Amino acid sequence: MTSTSDRSPTCPDRVIEQVFRAEWGRLLSLLVSRTRRLDLSEDALGEAFARASDRWPGEGVPANPAGWLYATAYRHVVGRLRAEAIAGRKAPLLAVRPGWVPPGDSPEVVADDRLQLILLCCHPALPRESGSALALRLVIGTPTEQIARLFLVPPATMAARLTRAKKKIVLAGIPLGAPLDDELRTRLDEVCRTIYLAFTAGYTPSAGPDLLRADLAGEAVRLAAVLHDLVPDAPQVRAMLALLLLHHSRRAGRQREGSLVTLADQDRSTWRQDEMRAGLGLAAGLRPDAGYAEELRLQALIAAEHAQAPTAAATDWTAIAGHYAALEAQTGSAIVRLNRAVAVAEVEGPRAGLALIGGLDEVLRDNHRVAAVRAELARRAGDTELARTSYLTAIDLCANEAERTHLRGRLDAMRRTPGSG
Amino acid sequence: MKYFVLLAGYGELPDWEKLTADEQEALMARHAAFDEACASRPAVEILGAEALADGSTATTLRTRGGEMTITDGPFAEAAEQIGGYYLLDAPDLDTVIELCRVLPAYDIDIRPVPDMS
Repeated sequence: MTSTSDRSPTCPDRVIEQVFRAEWGRLLSLLVSRTRRLDLSEDALGEAFARASDRWPGEGVPANPAGWLYATAYRHVVGRLRAEAIAGRKAPLLAVRPGWVPPGDSPEVVADDRLQLILLCCHPALPRESGSALALRLVIGTPTEQIARLFLVPPATMAARLTRAKKKIVLAGIPLGAPLDDELRTRLDEVCRTIYLAFTAGYTPSAGPDLLRADLAGEAVRLAAVLHDLVPDAPQVRAMLALLLLHHSRRAGRQREGSLVTLADQDRSTWRQDEMRAGLGLAAGLRPDAGYAEELRLQALIAAEHAQAPTAAATDWTAIAGHYAALEAQTGSAIVRLNRAVAVAEVEGPRAGLALIGGLDEVLRDNHRVAAVRAELARRAGDTELARTSYLTAIDLCANEAERTHLRGRLDAMRRTPGSG
Repeated sequence: MKYFVLLAGYGELPDWEKLTADEQEALMARHAAFDEACASRPAVEILGAEALADGSTATTLRTRGGEMTITDGPFAEAAEQIGGYYLLDAPDLDTVIELCRVLPAYDIDIRPVPDMS
């Protein structure tokens, strides 16, 4: 970029970037449907974008950029197929569901097969972490290096994982084609779990400067938005997108100078209002449901309560404690109970919270959060001895340096002001 | 595609010996229903199927450093529970998974048989 005019909306590089973001998944899903070759389609579309970068600056942007890219990529696949045929080394095609209809040969690229591609990537027969990585790569075109950073593995490891997943799809006969009704609902639950995993990976603290990878968690939000566009009536997808948007809108407040900032201490002026409004709008339209959709709905409602509170002190903890109680009844999860205890402590006092986490040490044996929550509540209840031993247990169990530092800070602060709450 | 469907374990099913004659019959009826489900599906065919004798009857051969040893089997504790197999021809994995819902609730491993032609 040499001058500001290069950044104008008609600059070829800028157009390529926009077309990539808007069209990668749609073009790839059409190529995959038409050729039933996952590997060749991905390579060919990458090749077509590379060729566009070479040629559009000199020749100008074609009238229909997506159509040009699709035609170029398709010719590339056909060439590779011919070479394979001559060499007598034809690789197997993707399996298809009975009754599956291939897309026509129309040069108009109007169709959208991204749902098929998402279901292929998020098939329950694939390891969930591979599936979420593959969906980011194939459906929205996230580069492999970035996916590796998101999941905290070396790029070569991620590349190998993606290759293995693609190979399994073909060899195990995971088919193209969307399932119907009941089965689609079950499969969409799995898709939501898979996308949610990619999102939470971005908020799993790591050592060093890459404390949070919220920019990359944004890729999972983008994927969730694509899915919501494709199946706007699916309640679990709507609830998941609401939840992701509400969490993600707080990203700028979550770390300060290399440390995590707890929700109560976050600067709420850094929260993204546009994303929060979008999340609240989606959450407001959710109806009570069952199964995973209900879990996601309750989580979204909790996130919505935090988003709506103008200050930490103004948080409606009664509503949040109620949602957590419903969520605990729904899931039986010990982690949910722990979070519920925090909410209940805000409403009924720290002793009520402490009573709720009584049996959790057995279930969450290696999880430092039980001890961390106990320490916090004991400090507030004025039981400094319990608080001290609990902080030490939590520091001992915690594997993350940034969180350990945070816990040590809390312990030191308590020691400096003995008896305070 | 060809699929090897291994009935790898009994899961929550009670031991065969502990079932009443009626319960045993109900279990076998599900195998018959599986046969019918496969027959009524286009492009699905059962190419082979056998129940296996109890894991305690297995004999394990291992060759290490060129030397074969023969021991009482099976080769792994988990293989104790293998009850039998189906060899299916089916168009895709989802079809096989759907058909397996008709079988008794075994723990099942589905392996594609690669086309070597």
